[in-house]
Amino acid sequence: MELALSPEDAVFRDEVRAFIKDNYPAEMRVPNPETDLSKEQMLLWHRILHKKGWIAPLWPKEYGGPGWDITRRFIFEQETTRAGTMPPLAFSITMVGPVIYTFGNEAQKQKFLPRILSGQDWWCQGYSEPGSGSDLATVRTKAVRDGDHYVVNGHKTWTTLAQHADWIFCLVRTDPAAKPQSGISFLLIDTKSPGVSVRPIITIDGSHEVNDVFLENVRVPVENLIGEENKGWTYAKFLLGNERTSMAGIGRSTRYIAKLKAIVKAEIPEDDPAHLEFLRDIARVELDVLALEATELRVVAQMARGIDPGPAASLFKIRGTEIFQDITELTHRAIGNYGLAIREHPVSANHFMPGPDYAHTASEKYLNSRKLSIYGGSNEIQRNIIAKAVLGL
Amino acid sequence: MDIQFTEEQELLRSSVQRLLRDQYDFDARRKIVASEEGYSRLRWQAFAELGLLGAPFSEEVDGLDGGPLSTMIIMQEFGRHLVVEPFVETVVLAGSLLEQLGSVEQKQSFIADIIAGNTIWALAWTEKGSRFDLTNVTTTARRGGNGYVLTGQKAAVIAAPWADYLIVSARTSGQQRDRGGVSLFVVDRRSANLDLQSFKTIDGRRAAEISLRGVTGQLLGQEGEGIAAVEACRDRAIGALCAEAVGAMSELNAATLDYSKTRKQFGTTIGSFQVLQHRMVDMFIAHQEALSLMQHLTLSLDAGEAGISRLASGAKSKIGYAGRFIADQAVQLHGGMGMTDELNIGHYFKQISSINIQFGDPAFHLLRYAQLDAAA
Repeated sequence: MELALSPEDAVFRDEVRAFIKDNYPAEMRVPNPETDLSKEQMLLWHRILHKKGWIAPLWPKEYGGPGWDITRRFIFEQETTRAGTMPPLAFSITMVGPVIYTFGNEAQKQKFLPRILSGQDWWCQGYSEPGSGSDLATVRTKAVRDGDHYVVNGHKTWTTLAQHADWIFCLVRTDPAAKPQSGISFLLIDTKSPGVSVRPIITIDGSHEVNDVFLENVRVPVENLIGEENKGWTYAKFLLGNERTSMAGIGRSTRYIAKLKAIVKAEIPEDDPAHLEFLRDIARVELDVLALEATELRVVAQMARGIDPGPAASLFKIRGTEIFQDITELTHRAIGNYGLAIREHPVSANHFMPGPDYAHTASEKYLNSRKLSIYGGSNEIQRNIIAKAVLGL
Repeated sequence: MDIQFTEEQELLRSSVQRLLRDQYDFDARRKIVASEEGYSRLRWQAFAELGLLGAPFSEEVDGLDGGPLSTMIIMQEFGRHLVVEPFVETVVLAGSLLEQLGSVEQKQSFIADIIAGNTIWALAWTEKGSRFDLTNVTTTARRGGNGYVLTGQKAAVIAAPWADYLIVSARTSGQQRDRGGVSLFVVDRRSANLDLQSFKTIDGRRAAEISLRGVTGQLLGQEGEGIAAVEACRDRAIGALCAEAVGAMSELNAATLDYSKTRKQFGTTIGSFQVLQHRMVDMFIAHQEALSLMQHLTLSLDAGEAGISRLASGAKSKIGYAGRFIADQAVQLHGGMGMTDELNIGHYFKQISSINIQFGDPAFHLLRYAQLDAAA
């Protein structure tokens, strides 16, 4: 399904398409980019986009964005996900960057924004804590003022790719006496500071994506505070809004459905009754994608006319993640007995994996995608948001 | 219909429970899985000493005559403790095939060693393209020398890397997917010309691709009549796997309920949210139904009732879907913790995923259940 594009936008779309085709690094085309690439490899595409001026579609031109309107941003998102390119690090580009240029001071903008754009700094997100998952407002990590520093103590968790990070943006409690939302500040912490330690969390697919981050008497210069002390909750919510925008994942789901069809064709003979069942299940999920895509296009068209989409992001997050979970489950089912096998991490050619290539990451993806309905605000929380903000319940 | 355990069965259950509580907690299990071999010979010996490896066998072969009920009792507890040792493969699959089909000598030479814990077995029926179809066999066996010579490939054979012996299905006549012409053979796993390529399974066990290049095999049962035997064997395996799944489901439900009463968000326990209460009620119902079907299937297996195969497929499907639902929701309700390797929840999830693949997934068995009805 396509947006109705003006001739200029159609030219733009073709340009994006051709650029990806000519420039996307071949070595980033691995079975599972999120776990199989080194930091340097992950940054290859980032640097190419940076050079082209396309690294931060969301950012205003004055800070280094390409100055695209909503339609072009959407076209870019659509083309890059359809082509299966690895998106630049969201924590840097879509999360902390916009917070810095929206709420940061001049010095912060000048210090951090260029390094985010170039890929020189890798950011991770210090939001969740062991006691604060869905309920972020209860974060307990403490920052106590000591001269021109804050002294930070606490424990952040589920910190994605913190093992590569140069910086972590953290929600910290600066006023323990205030109401939960009122005593929080937004602090930028250099991960090389003494007292910062990162411990891997291995997930059920065997991979290392997330971490615990421990902060022990970490001295953070006051100049790393974003905006005002105790106003961090406002900035945090602004950021979460950005986090949830692109979770419909239409491009990714479409690609995985195409792969699934090829697997079913290869694995299940047409005279096997299971074949028809798979066709039916695939058709159902394809229609789910079609309906979500149509919804997304409708919202984009409304936004282009200046209409506030409200909490549409919650709808995209719920359906986008449920759909992708269904697809990975169907794929795992389609490969039959080889669904029993799972790759060993760190991934190496020395470990034998049975069955055809397309089967090698099916178990991992199936297991890993169980997280989708949990992270970024669980789907239960998203439903609460719609109930409250849309239905007025 | 509710199974009332006899004194003997109650004793079996409490002794398995005690053994696993003492020797198979989650940390012990983690060490076993991470070990070089990937299973514990020590625990296997302990199972033998407790009589578990002889429990379902008849008295004629010096078993304890516990039948499918003893298997159910053992497998439920094994499911709760995520036991990786190959009880199903050795005792339920190979053991029952040997007991049903074996010559007097074969029974004598093999079953006693199984019961004593001296040998481990695996059943090699799957092939690359076979999916869940037992008749889809291309491996061949030809008479030669003082037995048969097997040539072909077997795929994803669980426990093969641990096994001393394999039971291999191979064609003595007929075409791929013919019901007739498939025979079963006992093969020494360490035979010349037999190659294994081992890999790890999602539930922390080991399996292998097997290449047979002229391997000597000993016929088990009648030539050409292996399919009916493997089908009956699958029914018994399904009984065991369903019990394993039900054991895992009861642990998942208990852990999730417990977590929901202690985990606080938004100033209250998450168990106080109605949406999660209803979810857990549905998990409870799914477990109750699975438990009932498991008992029904076990009693029918015990009685050797006609139509058992259809019921087995029905149970495999229904319990498979119930298990998947419970596992999905247990992970979801545990949040990020449910995704970690550190907590047992994700391991139960993977165990249920594995059970749902073995001998056919819930969709396959749903269809088989429907087709057997149409055929009746």
